[in-house]
Amino acid sequence: MEDLLNAFLLMSNFVFVPAIAYGSQLALGAVGVTLVYGILRFSNFAHGDTMAFGTMIVILFTWWFQSMGINLGPLPTALLALPFGIIVTAIFLLGSDKLIYRFYREQKAAPVIYLIASVGIMFVLNGVVRFIIGPNDQRFADGERFIVKAREMKQYLGTAEGVSIKVSQGLTVITAIIVVIALFWFLNKTRTGKSMRAFSDNEDLALLSGISPDKVVAVTWILVAILATVAGTLYGLDKSFKPFTYFQLLLPIFASAIVGGLGNPLGAIAGGFVIAFSEIMITYPYKKFVAYVVPGDWKPEGLVQLLATDYKFAVSFIILVLVLLFRPTGIFAGKSV
Amino acid sequence: MLINRNIVYFTIMALLLIGVGLFQSWNVSLSILNLCLISAIMALGVNIQWGYAGLFNVGIMGFAALGGLAAVLVAMPPVEGAWSAGGWGAIGGLFLAFISIALAVITYQRMSAGRTRSIIIIAICVIGFFITRAVFGPATHAIEDINPATSGYLGGFGLPIVLSWPVGGIFAGIAAWVIGKITLGLRSDYLAIATLGISEIIIAVLKHEDWMTRGVKNVIGMPRPVPYEVNLQTADWFITLSSTLGADPVGFSSIFVKICYACLFVSMLLIVLWLSETALKSPWGRMMRAIRDNEVSANAMGKNVTKRHLQVFVLGSVVVGLAGAMLTTLDGQLTPTSYQPLRFTFLIWIMVIVGGSGNNWGAVLGGFVIWFFWIEAEPLGLVLMNVITSGMAEDNSLRLHLIESAAHMRLMTMGLILLLVLRFSPRGLLPEKSS
Repeated sequence: MEDLLNAFLLMSNFVFVPAIAYGSQLALGAVGVTLVYGILRFSNFAHGDTMAFGTMIVILFTWWFQSMGINLGPLPTALLALPFGIIVTAIFLLGSDKLIYRFYREQKAAPVIYLIASVGIMFVLNGVVRFIIGPNDQRFADGERFIVKAREMKQYLGTAEGVSIKVSQGLTVITAIIVVIALFWFLNKTRTGKSMRAFSDNEDLALLSGISPDKVVAVTWILVAILATVAGTLYGLDKSFKPFTYFQLLLPIFASAIVGGLGNPLGAIAGGFVIAFSEIMITYPYKKFVAYVVPGDWKPEGLVQLLATDYKFAVSFIILVLVLLFRPTGIFAGKSV
Repeated sequence: MLINRNIVYFTIMALLLIGVGLFQSWNVSLSILNLCLISAIMALGVNIQWGYAGLFNVGIMGFAALGGLAAVLVAMPPVEGAWSAGGWGAIGGLFLAFISIALAVITYQRMSAGRTRSIIIIAICVIGFFITRAVFGPATHAIEDINPATSGYLGGFGLPIVLSWPVGGIFAGIAAWVIGKITLGLRSDYLAIATLGISEIIIAVLKHEDWMTRGVKNVIGMPRPVPYEVNLQTADWFITLSSTLGADPVGFSSIFVKICYACLFVSMLLIVLWLSETALKSPWGRMMRAIRDNEVSANAMGKNVTKRHLQVFVLGSVVVGLAGAMLTTLDGQLTPTSYQPLRFTFLIWIMVIVGGSGNNWGAVLGGFVIWFFWIEAEPLGLVLMNVITSGMAEDNSLRLHLIESAAHMRLMTMGLILLLVLRFSPRGLLPEKSS
């Protein structure tokens, strides 16, 4: 019995807790991608770098606050800097829409043109971020590190294994829940949110009923700024901030959005967790787990790892391919094929 | 008029390269020229996909890297003992993986839908995975244990490296077929996302499958299709040649080698260009443009859009793979970490769009122009930063930061060029001829 408890604690520590945190980050990112897709009807390749940009602004404000001695005690100072990061990112996104996307909207350009334009913006953001903060790792987490420490839990339960929960992980989940609830409240209860959903369902009909497209688009970009900055900051607090990693996050984020059905925010959240859990479960070495579960003292020889951690992107890719093969609209019905 | 524009732009380009030769050095000028030629071929491949058919491929890096892999597998001498240690096990493992996938696909097609089918397919995949691992794992370990410091991989077939160019094309074509089969016919965004994914995975494989590519330890010293400088410097005919030209044999030898490469690359470029032009002018080319301009009406005329898209996607990727193998040949080494999406995927895109999508000459020109400025932008950016910050103190931290970050200016500049061209001159420097 105790072995099973240990196995469960081990899995919680190395798989469930990290996957829930990573899943929340992916979900927030994927909701941003899916919103752009639903309203503006293109896949935004600049999303990963928008996250990096927003996080960079948060980091710069965090450093400024830290230098002035402002902090939140046990919580990371970055939380205080978050609103400023969101504002700057929103200004940037609205500006880029005005300068670039709006022209193509008026022209009624093909979706692939938006895609290329978003690649151009990705390039620019990439350059801006590296220019200002450099291409290297930046750490900006401060305050307490752990909510629950593995060692204390071991002593308390008297088990061989314990679970540690980092502040950043707890914060990620709580923030994600708050943001998602607020988003759905906004989309379902407010007038602007309803007009956004109407616009996403049927653009012509929405225009006929007097919905202002400019307002809908502007609100979408502001929401994207909030989602991208929050997701990027949480990811940076949990792991670390490196511009190239954010570019690489693009693939799991797209995979999450497609698995859940592009254009469907609820699906994007589910997709984020599907991708995060599969990625971590498939690349986790089960050696210790097997040793606990199998009775007796037998231990497996290898790591019992299904796929090396280096191939974690392959996991999201394979899931993406499977979904495209069998259900191109996603697990939850998304936009048209 | 169009012919004139062609001549004017290409003359300016030639003058720029000559200018670099006169003011910097001929060595620099020729290295830029060689990479311009390879970039031009890559841009031609992307132009086949984008310009002919409107397919957005974000995985050019992956296809180019497959070309690099082909260069290693074809040209490197086989490592002694590696084949007997685990070569057959590694190949057998790959074969088993292929068989299990094929079995799963056949089951999916032959059996009627239902729970039994799903269970059988999952069983095939799981069993296949573990059998593959059991054969593959020990074999690759055995290979990697042979002299890890100098070899530790299978090596290649020791054939002339020029053979690897078509092989690289075939590798890239196979990968493109798989991706195209899955995503073409769905929304255009899916192709973009899937190619982004496959290119990341190909790079991950090159980085981590040490038994095949030595991973991050890099394969260096690959055989060359042209003579070596040291051999030239001692050859009698070469010494006579350089003395008649009045050049120093040591310096001239490296220039001579670069000229040899340039001749090879120019002939490849001409072949690919001739083939692309012929294809574009043929009925096939007209059909492709018709599909690109209006899929619905082409479909109504009885053209199988998805099938044509798959065809053109594979063809374009073959050209990219070819160029990738040529690049590795020129470098003389395979360094998986050097494959960066910004350098290999998006830069090529900018070449095509700036040059003029749909026009092969435009793609070639784009390859030359963008590569030239990509290389020359760094010294120019540094000069610019030095001028901007000249008023500041020598150890001003802002000044140091700006000068240090000048390299990142290139990304921003390229992004801006892409956005500006797309907005104000979407047809590029050499627009497609309207028939």
